[in-house]
Amino acid sequence: MKNSVVVVGLFVMWFNMSCAQDAENKVNTPEEVPFSAELLIDEMQIPWGLEVLPDSSLLVTEKSGEIIHFKDGKKTKISNVPEVYERGQGGLMDIKLHPDYENNGWIYISYASSEGEEKGGHTALMRAKLSDNALTNKELLYKAGPNTTKGQHFGSRIEFDNDGFLYLSIGERGARDENPQDITRDGGKIYRFYDDGRIPEDNPFVGTTNAKEGIYSYGHRNPQGLVKHPKTGEIWDNEHGPRGGDEINIVKAGKNYGWPVVTYGINYSGTPITDKREMAGMEQPIHYWLPSIAPSGMAFITSDEYGDWKGSLLVGSLKFQYLERLVMNGSEVVDRQKLMADIGRVRDVKEGPDGLIYVAVEGKGIYKLVPKG
Amino acid sequence: MKTVSLEILFALIGAIPLFGQDSNLEESMKRGSEIYYDFCVTCHMEQGEGVANTFPPLAKSDYLMENLEDSIRGIKFGQSGELIVNGVTYNGVMAPMGLEDEEIADVMNFILNSWGNSSSEIVTPKEVAGIEKD
Repeated sequence: MKNSVVVVGLFVMWFNMSCAQDAENKVNTPEEVPFSAELLIDEMQIPWGLEVLPDSSLLVTEKSGEIIHFKDGKKTKISNVPEVYERGQGGLMDIKLHPDYENNGWIYISYASSEGEEKGGHTALMRAKLSDNALTNKELLYKAGPNTTKGQHFGSRIEFDNDGFLYLSIGERGARDENPQDITRDGGKIYRFYDDGRIPEDNPFVGTTNAKEGIYSYGHRNPQGLVKHPKTGEIWDNEHGPRGGDEINIVKAGKNYGWPVVTYGINYSGTPITDKREMAGMEQPIHYWLPSIAPSGMAFITSDEYGDWKGSLLVGSLKFQYLERLVMNGSEVVDRQKLMADIGRVRDVKEGPDGLIYVAVEGKGIYKLVPKG
Repeated sequence: MKTVSLEILFALIGAIPLFGQDSNLEESMKRGSEIYYDFCVTCHMEQGEGVANTFPPLAKSDYLMENLEDSIRGIKFGQSGELIVNGVTYNGVMAPMGLEDEEIADVMNFILNSWGNSSSEIVTPKEVAGIEKD
């Protein structure tokens, strides 16, 4: 009895000392929301990434390796899609339009690919154009290696910044002790490229011996949300941590985000990975989730369509099957709200050029959040 | 003397398949545990307990123990629609994991003999290979 009191006391101390944010980490359910969710595209299995085209039609990836073009209420399967390595968490992943898509037509996709000599697969980035319902002008821009048969942590979100640089997340592929802290190896990194895949001369590890020069930041686990902040232009990521270690980070050149040296999480088994939550030279997250929600796609609300929600950050929860709204004050999370409770595993969320929010849900399809008038 | 040692010899020969089976199962479970903690743990959790009303448990699951073939089929080709496990109805989607037949056999042997589950038969890659999509 006495012992357990001491243990609980130690636990409380440890929590209070170690948290960069309030230990209080609860999600609230709002009584009213300014939208109704309309199922726009039905019968999808794992819609992993989505984009809204200028003509308001949608491009959606299915993890199994298909791209669907949804226009005027009709689904069309796009042909000539690259072959994907479908295993575990890998398959066809994200899709992203070039910021100047209307003029150049470039579409970027990320996927698990078995290209290379070793057995297995790793994350690849391709760009292509869409013509007559087929991908054309395909260019493989990056292929991480070496391949592995591990099923975990492909990362794969794509985002552009205000200067036109492309960012790609690649997870650590289940090799936490080999990849994330080693800049000579792929995985556990955010990469930065020119839009044609060339490596920018001012990338932080250009000229560093044996470095993968596409690397922009490292020490990540499995970032599957990547978004440009609408005001600051910074790139924010969210990443799956171990138990209790899901994070949001602001991605900065050359910085180390700590995995697996520092983390707020523990092993799935409940045993500690490390007792270190911070360390000199390693970045702290701006938010971490306790318990883990398994965060996926992420989007800022930049339109006025949803009342005072402008500036909020939306994040999909795979584990608890809802859409989370984070009320932000700068880079501080001031409230967490649960939207679309029990809807299904939320894979991706995007704001379209129409200012409306689109949500990709496993086993369902694509929901459009129609503002209440 | 000679006959006695022959008897012992025969007894030993007779026991070989038994020993073989045990160590086969052990080896298969060991490989299966690596597959489990890579591919399955994020939904079905560390002790096979699942997530309440979302991902069905594997530990002491009546569905698993009574529907071996359907369970293998689910891992091999994916699973969707309603599923009743221990009296609770689940209606989720499990994508196919892209596992090879041998890996599916291994992970089945692991979950069939962990967390309070135990099964008298060993799932073989051949058995997995023979299971077709519905």
